[in-house]
This record gives sequence, structure tokens and C-alpha cells, in this order.
Amino acid sequence: MSGRRSRSRQSISPGITDEQINDLMAKLQAVLPEARPGINHRVSAARVLQETCSYLRSLHREVDDLSERLSELLAMADIGGAEAAIIRSLLM
Amino acid sequence: WRAPPGTRTLTPRFGPSKPMLAFRFLRALTLVHRTAANSSNAARSRRIQRAAFASMAYSAGPRRAWSRALLCRLHFHRARRRCAGRRRAAGVPRRPSTTGSPADGLRRLVPGGTGMDYCGLLEETADYIRCLSEQVKLMQSIVDSVGPGGR
Repeated sequence: MSGRRSRSRQSISPGITDEQINDLMAKLQAVLPEARPGINHRVSAARVLQETCSYLRSLHREVDDLSERLSELLAMADIGGAEAAIIRSLLM
Repeated sequence: WRAPPGTRTLTPRFGPSKPMLAFRFLRALTLVHRTAANSSNAARSRRIQRAAFASMAYSAGPRRAWSRALLCRLHFHRARRRCAGRRRAAGVPRRPSTTGSPADGLRRLVPGGTGMDYCGLLEETADYIRCLSEQVKLMQSIVDSVGPGGR
């Protein structure tokens, strides 16, 4: 294999090894929605970071949307009566 | 010790417990319901969004840089709100611009990210995503329970 590296080298302190970076990248990929454990090593670091950024943005958008829906529901529903049902279903 | 490549690293589950997260968020929702019943939908929605990030941060506690950053931001915002007028919802990570490297983009998305080194950023991001997904699942299940047709 040639010495070609596609990893970004910015702001990495000199004591950190490539293996440590790989491990952290693997951990990060594991929480992304399309985790593919078998072919981790083929995805470049930049790609993982980009996917992470777009996943984070989509999660933030979901929080925004769900907040709006909850706000509408609060206006309409009797939250007191529903609380017990919610807690029961969440803790089951 | 190093995990063999390709296997999923198991991290011990120190994270926020789901019941605690649920309890905190529901308590915040009840408060919003009581105090903001006559507010506009937008104002209430912003409060709920703040409550979501606050619950996450309180449940994660001070063990994580991202939760510490969120908690600082929330307290700072609360103190400033008394004097200043209406502000952008506190605790909500700013929408990033599209300049810079992917790592810079990530720093802007993760609370406290700008102060982290590369390795710290990767670790914090993984934890932040885990907690954020839990929060989203929680909110979704509340919507499903309370919403039309939910029981």
C-alpha cells in the first residue's frame, strides 16, 4: 500500500497516534444512523465528519419540529391527564 | 488495551438514565404548560426547545464538556434575560456557516466544541449524538402518547 493518506491533519496534537484517531472515528461512526462496522476503515475521516455534521443538523431540526408539535399539543391537550399515561409508557 | 479493528467498542453506560431524562423533561413541560398557556406558539415552542436541551444537559451532568457548555450557556442566558430583551433561544447550538473544514463545522455544532482539541471533539460528539438521539426519541414518544389517537 502506498503512503497516501487522506486524513486531515489540522489541529491534532503531536502525541496522538493514528490508531487513536481511528478508534475515535469508529466510535463516532457507531452512533451514526448508517453504521457499517465491517467497512469502517474504508471511509475517510473527512467523510465521517461530514456525515456527522449533517446528522447533527438533522437531529437539531427534529428537536425544533418536535418542540413545535409539543407546543401545539400543550395548547390543546389536557396534559395533566396524559402525564400518568406518558410516564407509564416511558418507563415500561 | 485496544479493540480489534472493525468491532464495536462497548462503552460503559454512565450516561443519563432514561427515566431521569423523561422526568426532567416532563417536569419542564408541565411548567411551560402552566406558565406559558397564553403565549404564542412560537414562544412556547422556543421554551420547550430550551427545556429539551436543559434536560439533556442536566441529566448528563458536568462529566461532559458539551453538557457543561450547555449548562453555562443556559445560566448565562437566564441572567441576561432579566436585563436584555428577547434573545435567541439559549442552549441551542448556533446554525453554522458553511466555511471551514468539516472539523470546524463540527465544532460549531457541538456545544463547547470550539474549545476542544480534535480527539476531545470526536469523543464529545459521539456522546452528544447519543444523548441527543435519546432526547429526540423521548419527545417523539410524548408526541405519540399525547397526540391525536395516542393513549
